[in-house]
Amino acid sequence: MIEVRDLRVRYGGRLVADVPELDVGAGECVAIVGESGSGKSTTLLSLLGLTPDAEISGQVRVCGVEVLTASPRRLREIRGARVALVMQSPQAALSPATRLGVLMRRALKLHGVGNGSAKGSAEIMAEAVAAVMLDPEILTRYPHEVSGGQAQRFALALAIALGAEVILADEPTSALDVTVQAEVVGVLRRLRAERGLALLLVSHDLALVSTIADRVLVMKDGAVVESGPAARVLAEPRHPYTRELLEAVLSVPGASL
Amino acid sequence: MTAGKDGVMASAEAVPLRRWLPRVPDRFAALGAVLLVLVVLSAILAPWLAPYPMGELRPLEQLRPPSGAHWFGTDQVGRDVFSQILYGGRTSLFIAVAVLGVSAVVGVTLGVVAGYAGGWLRDVIMRVTDVFLAFPALLLSLAMAVVLQPSVNTVVLAIAVTWWPWYTRLAASMAASIATRSYVDAARCLGVPAPLIILRHVLPNSLTPVLVQLSLDAGGVILTSAALSYLGLGAQEPTAEWGLMVQQGQTLFTTNWWVVTFPGLAILVTAFAFNVLGEGLRNALDPRSGTARVVK
Repeated sequence: MIEVRDLRVRYGGRLVADVPELDVGAGECVAIVGESGSGKSTTLLSLLGLTPDAEISGQVRVCGVEVLTASPRRLREIRGARVALVMQSPQAALSPATRLGVLMRRALKLHGVGNGSAKGSAEIMAEAVAAVMLDPEILTRYPHEVSGGQAQRFALALAIALGAEVILADEPTSALDVTVQAEVVGVLRRLRAERGLALLLVSHDLALVSTIADRVLVMKDGAVVESGPAARVLAEPRHPYTRELLEAVLSVPGASL
Repeated sequence: MTAGKDGVMASAEAVPLRRWLPRVPDRFAALGAVLLVLVVLSAILAPWLAPYPMGELRPLEQLRPPSGAHWFGTDQVGRDVFSQILYGGRTSLFIAVAVLGVSAVVGVTLGVVAGYAGGWLRDVIMRVTDVFLAFPALLLSLAMAVVLQPSVNTVVLAIAVTWWPWYTRLAASMAASIATRSYVDAARCLGVPAPLIILRHVLPNSLTPVLVQLSLDAGGVILTSAALSYLGLGAQEPTAEWGLMVQQGQTLFTTNWWVVTFPGLAILVTAFAFNVLGEGLRNALDPRSGTARVVK
């Protein structure tokens, strides 16, 4: 679903992300880990062509679309409808003066899902909300009336309703409580297992990564320093930086992967 | 509201204090709202409330002081000042609504586009705005009013020309900050085209300060229109207008004070009402005032 070759993203001549190879297939989960400013989020945004001020080179193919050369119209077609982005702070990602149901209905209409019929989209919405284990009543609420976990699951419901095949998640759990994190992770895993969604996760939470990712890319200062199967990278890290990241977690008493 | 802050160490006498303090600004705003409702109602209902028809000349009753028959007296051509003030309110409020309507629609539209789009489009829009702001407002209005035929519509146009740039600036700065919010990014990620993002997300979330500004500005517009009329460049006879009434009555101030005092008071009260209401709105809606929810 995602194929990246020799992606280089520069801002004003400075190289902020250099990813030689990144592939995510259907039903796979790949995680990019690294500290803040390591180029993880930039890599994610460039997959949707959302880095307007950057100079980008390389090849990025998402759902069969060459992102770097596609027309704005073509990009808008895949954004949301085929590739969904889940953001770090879930409530801030919802327009404050719009009820969630209205927001979802507009998104469906925009992408022509449900054939524009009110009944069709109502069914799709109900199904999507149920798939993330939310009460349908949530659709009548405003963003400030829902919790972070609910907002994050709503974002996933939106992706399901739109029929997304790829979910890009930028620190999807870092703004949430531990218990709520588990809920969201649970939903992510189920979606992947039941619907064969491709999942690309950006995180510095190695515990999360170890529970869900098949493969891991470790980034530092814009470069990929290590990559491989999650179990191998987390168990026998080869690069000193990966070891550092792991030790940072393990040195906390009681923390474990 | 500051009283909430010391809630932790609330003592016996802090309770009545806390009940009092937050209400003070609200009471001013409420006073403004009540006054404003009275002014608007009296303007709308002028034909029914006014004891005499608009502009009715009573040559035998010139310059009568206030009395039971003429509450605010009569002017030098025998018109009932009270009735003229009621009808004048229609003119003044129409001017305020029209000027602010035009300014807000033009200014906010340009502003949100400039603020959201950024880049060269913002530069073009903001430079044009700056050019308009570079002229002293009253002088530009005066020049416009001199060139065009003096009338109520001229006043509206002349004031609106100097007023819209403020709304462009306000909306542009709001829109620029809204444009960086996550939910705008999220909308982009969903493939929402820019015009729809502006219409549905940037515009509605930029409007609060615009509403406050509209209320604060209404008084200013009424004052400015009164000034233009006073200078003979605005409303003309037989239209009743407060500024015009002040101008016509000014020479009589020492001998027949009521001719100029009552229309002057009408201007004062209306401008005051709009201002305190605007202040109240600002206090209630401004996140920095501490009453709104904490934003991360």
